[in-house]
Amino acid sequence: MIEGIDIQHIIIVSTLMFFIGVYGFMSRKNLITMLMAVELMLNSININFVAFNRYLHPENMQGHFYSLFIIAIAAAEAAVAISIIINLYRNLHSIDVEDVNKMKH
Amino acid sequence: METIIFYIISAILIVFSVLTVTTNKILRAAVYLLFTLVATAAFYFMMEYEFLAAVQLTVYAGGIVVLIIFSILLTHQINMDLEKSDRLKKISSALIVLLGSIIVIFTISKYPFIPGSGIEDAADTSINSIGRQLLSYGEGGYILPFEVISILLLAAMIAAIIIAKKEKE
Repeated sequence: MIEGIDIQHIIIVSTLMFFIGVYGFMSRKNLITMLMAVELMLNSININFVAFNRYLHPENMQGHFYSLFIIAIAAAEAAVAISIIINLYRNLHSIDVEDVNKMKH
Repeated sequence: METIIFYIISAILIVFSVLTVTTNKILRAAVYLLFTLVATAAFYFMMEYEFLAAVQLTVYAGGIVVLIIFSILLTHQINMDLEKSDRLKKISSALIVLLGSIIVIFTISKYPFIPGSGIEDAADTSINSIGRQLLSYGEGGYILPFEVISILLLAAMIAAIIIAKKEKE
């Protein structure tokens, strides 16, 4: 628990971060920058889990372990997404979402 | 003192998040993403979850950002500007995001967060007890998700190799 800080402040920061990620996901065209926006969103969710765990139920550590598992899943997701992006670039020579209208080739 | 540090870290987090999604150079976006991830690790340090902060630094800042930078180097010219998306799309998504965040922040500031009964006896957050809890079968043990995650990581690794490898002609 951070001294002098309410739980609301932490959650407001993570909410802002989440919606900035949503903005990036909607306004970008490049697949790699969209992936970065998704990472931002996952990261803000982790902050939420940890804050709820620390402020409301510090006697057991569910939020902590869920954050650990979410980080592992984010790593797996980034690896698969980047391999798909590299394969698309090899076939189409572009990684804009608008050029990717067929996954089968 | 901690209050000031908290607000500084929050400012860094928000500013670099905005820069990540608005900058025109893609490599800079990746570096700004690195700054936000490190600031998040600082949050975890302030909340005394040292192990989680270390995992955040190694997996996110050390792993995912390096992976993203490598994929940028494989698919882009470094000093190329990103194609600008049209103004209407930007404005409409900004409006939606603004509306959503206002609703959520309003709800959060109204909601009374009531701590649970065990607020006084905080759990042991040493790496020793975390390791025991991750691998225990009993109550509060996380052996099943731990094993499922290991299988998921193996599957993702094989999938990444198969998708990204060159097809033989």
